Parts: sequence; structure tokens; C-alpha cells
Amino acid sequence: MYPEIFYSNTFTLLSEAGVGKHFYWNLAGFLVHGQVLVVVWFVLLILLVFSFLGTAKADRIPHGWQNFMEAAVDFVTDIARDQLGESFYKEWIPFIGTLFFFIFGCNWAGAVIPWKLIELPEGEFAAPTNDINTTVALALLTSFAYFYAGISKKGLGYFKRYVKPIPLLLPINILEDFTKPLSLSFRLFGNVLADELTVTVLTSLVPLVIPLPIMFLGVFAGSVQALIFSTLAAAYIAEALE
Amino acid sequence: MDPIVSAASVLAAGLSIGLAAIGPGIGQGTAAGQAVEGIARQPEAENKIRGTLLLCLAFMEALTIYGLVVALALLFANPFS
Repeated sequence: MYPEIFYSNTFTLLSEAGVGKHFYWNLAGFLVHGQVLVVVWFVLLILLVFSFLGTAKADRIPHGWQNFMEAAVDFVTDIARDQLGESFYKEWIPFIGTLFFFIFGCNWAGAVIPWKLIELPEGEFAAPTNDINTTVALALLTSFAYFYAGISKKGLGYFKRYVKPIPLLLPINILEDFTKPLSLSFRLFGNVLADELTVTVLTSLVPLVIPLPIMFLGVFAGSVQALIFSTLAAAYIAEALE
Repeated sequence: MDPIVSAASVLAAGLSIGLAAIGPGIGQGTAAGQAVEGIARQPEAENKIRGTLLLCLAFMEALTIYGLVVALALLFANPFS
């Protein structure tokens, strides 16, 4: 599948990034990308531990870890409220919040934890969001969510929006349903992969000090991408609800 | 792999990311300029402007990222090899 030229000297720098190489597991006849699953489970574990620590000894006056978690939940509540408006936002906080925390955890797990110390037979541990399968799954989930939101609010009348404002726009409106998940998934995938590639290439050129600002940029971009994904998901749901 | 195909792929990868950077570059410049103007006029609205600006910049950056995805597909998962 990969051309021989990429194994020649010119491309050894890039091939170290391990794009397109995976640590395959065979689960019930399906080939899955093991390195992605392991990091996803790690992120889920971290999120679970954080939320248990936050709610274990819930006081009326929050302090310590509960304080931090309440601030985090307030943050995602604000994202949902800004896009969905006062009347609808409550029931969508769990979805928007889960998207935000999961993507944020994935991006930071890739950027902060030195996974390269763990050797794999093939492929490497990295942010799970640098695998297109993860981001496409999240984007499709968003698509289903806004269809569900629209249909549960308006019934079949939801599909009237395809011929609004004029029936001439029907093809464009249908096309939009495909471009939304496409752009959501490509944006997240491309940004995370671009960060990791930049760090890898720069590290192989100059191993010391120089890659540090790019790594900080990666941490920053990871959180911004999580914010954008959840904001856009909320905006699409709001569009289906209005 | 056909050398012509590999040469064309590498060239196209470079062009796709380079050309995709032009438009968003202009757009981001305009947006940042307007944001600075807005802050200069209304310094108390700085926080709100900064948040919106970051969001808008990331949207524009997404266009370059599409070019990057095409470049990566050409380099690492070339469909014509």
C-alpha cells in the first residue's frame, strides 16, 4: 500500500511519525486499531476517576476537587446555553459536555503524556483523535443527535426545512447533511495529526528546546479544538431545534 | 510505484497545503485586525472579543487543515500507488 520511496533515506524522518501504521487487534473477526483503544480506555478511566473524586464527598460548600469539577461543568453548561438558548439547553448538557470532556481528554492525553516511552510492535500510542475512525464516529454521533433533536421536536415536519426558503435549494440542503460530519471529523483529525506531525518532524531535526513552544501550541490547540467541536455540535442541534 | 505518480503526488501535496494556506491567511489577518480595532474602541469587551476571535480563527484554520488532510492522504495513503 505504501510506496517504496517512503522507506528510502529521504523519507525516514517522516516515516518515524508512524502515520498509517497501526497495532492491529483481531476482535471477533474485526481488525481494530489497538493503540487507539488503549488510549481511549485510559482517557475514560481518567474521566471516571475525576468525576468520582468530584462527587464522592459532595458538600454544599464545594472545596478542593469538587470545586474544580463544578467549574468544569459550569464551563460546558455555558457552551450549551450560549448556542441552544435558555429553553432547550438543559437536556443537551450531557451530550455536549461528554463530547467536550472526551475530546479534551483525548487531545491532552496525546499532548501531555510521553507515550513514546512505551514501545509497540507496530504503530505508536498517541492521541486517539489522530485516528480518523475516532473523529468520524464522534461526528456521526453529532449527526444522529441533531436529527433526533429535530424529529423529536417537530415530528416529520422537521424535513420541511429541506425545501426552505425555496425548493430550489433542496440539493444544497441535502448536501449540507453530509458536509457537516465531514468537516467536523476532518477538522479535528487534521488539527491533532498536524500538531503531532509538527512536533515529531521538529524533534527529529532539533531534539532540544526548539520543539517546546510547538508542544505548548499543541496543548492549546487541543483545548480549542475540543471547544470548537462541542460548540459546533451545539450549534447544529440548535439549528435543528429552532 | 510509478516514479511519475510519486513525483506528482509529492508536488501535489506541497501545492495543496500551500494553496490552501492563502485564503485562510488573508481571512485570519482581516479577522484579527478587526478584533484589535474592536478592542481599541471598547477595551471592556476584550474578553468576549478574544473568545469569539479564537473560535473564528479555528474555523478558518480548518480550511488549511483540509488541504493538509489531502496532502497527508497523498503522502501516506496514496490511492494511485
